[in-house]
Amino acid sequence: MAASSALFRPTAATTLNVTRPRFMAVTPRSSLKIPTDHLNYQFKSFKSKTASDRAARLLCTSNPASASSSTTFHGLCYVVGDNIDTDQIIPAEYLTLVPSNPEEYKKLGSYAMCGLPSSYETRFVDPEEFTSKFTIIIAGDNFGCGSSREHAPVALGAAGTAAVVAESYARIFFRNSVATGEVYPFESEGRLCDECKTGDVVTIELGQNKLINHTSGKEYTLKPIGDAGPVIEAGGIFDYARKAGMMPTRVA
Amino acid sequence: MASSTISSNSIPFITKKYESLAAFTSNSTLPIPNSRKRVSKKVVSVMTPQQVVRNPATTGSVKTNMTLTEKILAKASQKEGLTPGENVWVDIDILMTHDVCGPGSIGIFKKEFGENAKVWDREKVVIIPDHYIFTADERANRNVDILRDFCTEQNIKYFYDIKDTGNFRANPDYKGVCHVALAQEGHCRPGEVLVGTDSHTCTAGAFGQFASGIGNTDAGFVLGTGKLLLKVPPTLRFVMDGEMPSYLLAKDLILQIIGEISVAGATYKAMEFVGSTIESLTMEERMTLCNMVVEAGGKNGVVPADAITYKYLEGKTSLPYEPVYSDFQARFLSEYRIDVSKLEPLVAKPHSPDNRALARECKDVKIDRVYIGSCTGGKTEDFMAAAKVLLASGKKVKVPTFLVPATQKVWMDVYSLPVPGSGGKTCSQIFEEAGCDTPTSPSCGACLGGPKDTYARLNEPKASFTSVCVSTTNRNFPGRMGHKEGQIYLASPYTAAASALTGYVTDPREFLN
Repeated sequence: MAASSALFRPTAATTLNVTRPRFMAVTPRSSLKIPTDHLNYQFKSFKSKTASDRAARLLCTSNPASASSSTTFHGLCYVVGDNIDTDQIIPAEYLTLVPSNPEEYKKLGSYAMCGLPSSYETRFVDPEEFTSKFTIIIAGDNFGCGSSREHAPVALGAAGTAAVVAESYARIFFRNSVATGEVYPFESEGRLCDECKTGDVVTIELGQNKLINHTSGKEYTLKPIGDAGPVIEAGGIFDYARKAGMMPTRVA
Repeated sequence: MASSTISSNSIPFITKKYESLAAFTSNSTLPIPNSRKRVSKKVVSVMTPQQVVRNPATTGSVKTNMTLTEKILAKASQKEGLTPGENVWVDIDILMTHDVCGPGSIGIFKKEFGENAKVWDREKVVIIPDHYIFTADERANRNVDILRDFCTEQNIKYFYDIKDTGNFRANPDYKGVCHVALAQEGHCRPGEVLVGTDSHTCTAGAFGQFASGIGNTDAGFVLGTGKLLLKVPPTLRFVMDGEMPSYLLAKDLILQIIGEISVAGATYKAMEFVGSTIESLTMEERMTLCNMVVEAGGKNGVVPADAITYKYLEGKTSLPYEPVYSDFQARFLSEYRIDVSKLEPLVAKPHSPDNRALARECKDVKIDRVYIGSCTGGKTEDFMAAAKVLLASGKKVKVPTFLVPATQKVWMDVYSLPVPGSGGKTCSQIFEEAGCDTPTSPSCGACLGGPKDTYARLNEPKASFTSVCVSTTNRNFPGRMGHKEGQIYLASPYTAAASALTGYVTDPREFLN
């Protein structure tokens, strides 16, 4: 597990050599007033733990020379339709769970997608389970519309979802996915939710912007994830900002 | 500049004008598609760096024509000019959070900036418990405690606390629904940037400011730095002219628009509302309009500030503010013209806010409850509107009618303000005579379901096969008000009250004039 985790998360240096020079251009670092006492703060990383859990569920290969370009996600897909709103991803009654609390983070995973109507006969997470056997969600238009709750991408990430492949996303869900680094929000060319069935075995080749459905034997093109990719790979905006030198590094 | 008439059967009087798109050089695929399916495919990374090359406009010698939204973001990022698609670091004037997303945002702030870190400005953070207040749910109660501890530790100036949940009136600081409280307490000011951990933060755009919902992680960043990286949205302009018929409310206008452009029609975009109808709307009605831009996927909605705005702000804020307006030659992605005088009362049928229908087309839909409340439809004027219909009918409601004032101020208005034409009766008296439930403690209530013991929540479907609710709230996706099989018809307070009187979805014209 440790090995696959390391492969899944290539070293920061390799990733950032590619993007750092461009990123420095946007960073008015001097004007960002960032409190500095975190230098003494003991960082308890529950995110990295879940990331390795997630990595263990995936078939991940990575070439150090071009880190993100050869990242691969592989597993069973779960297929939903258009306008899957945040209440269906994580119903409001579970919003009392605080995502930054590790125990409650885990519990959020057990409720992922439980708001889907009963017409979805296969449930995303089985009863008594904290994670889903489906690692990739395939959706139609406007996935994640509705509320701004970050619990939505967090619940998916906690359930072990690596990526969502939708025709399009609601703005806040997309941003929350990137900011938290919980799931890759890929956009498909065309309507994959009509092409794939829940339980199909699929692989996403990040570098080639490709989704392969092994069950049907078909291949599909994804839109490039662009500069959001390295941010998600780093584990979210804070981890990315630290690696990119936008924020001081935390002393463990 | 081609002009085309939208061929939709129920709205033959909206025309949409495509502006030249030449200005959007970085975004060549932006025209709004006509079909419902193909909406907003252009998702661009949230972290795309801006161009390093200096725009000639930054010298100040070249003026960039900008929309209201672009101007606010330019000012907040100390730029001379901005165009849609640019990513800029914006100074935040107000960050709002509540009991559902506050604890998580605080958790991220502490994790990333340190246990002893201080927020960037204790007077710019506004914390409003409002979601899960009157519940026995221990975790929900704990979350309010987390907010209180944080506000004490950080000496947060504006924390609208509640300690005695047994009687909300024993808590003078407690307000209720955050978006309504923000306005009532003077935190909304023209020209400013307000972000909040709630999608309906866009409500504050009614004050001619930039207001948008963000997630916990972004809020954690703002708590530490007072800044946020934002992409400048292109603006859709809605020109609404004509006299507003007496049976319509702003809710009908926004349901009309969402039905037109779909639940994703404004994704990543700003929606600007102008025209003679908008100028005649009260602040609360403008708030209803801006509140639901997120139901079309919008990033923010704005109404230009005017004398009505300034009047509302009198006595509410002592801080100076600087309203801004769209330049005459500003570029809009597209422009919609709506003749309001021709509109009819609308509903959004289950299970999507863009599933528009005329209220009268749904007259055979039997309902088993009515809900009046929330940031969208729980303001003083919303209750006045409902009372007006009940008063005009002189009848009793036929289904349980739940009333949840948004804030403590609204609750007091419901119990004290005379309803015009009633001979001095208050809303509460009219509601009681009509057989409605007693107006309950102010909070978000059952708008979003919430814990199982939430007042008026759609729990198990009743005797009928499904529970059907006409609601003045904002969303009707499956499970929104609790039970997944529950059916929610979104409507104006007029339509909701008329429906309560008949037990069917009802056009309010049956009781008004």
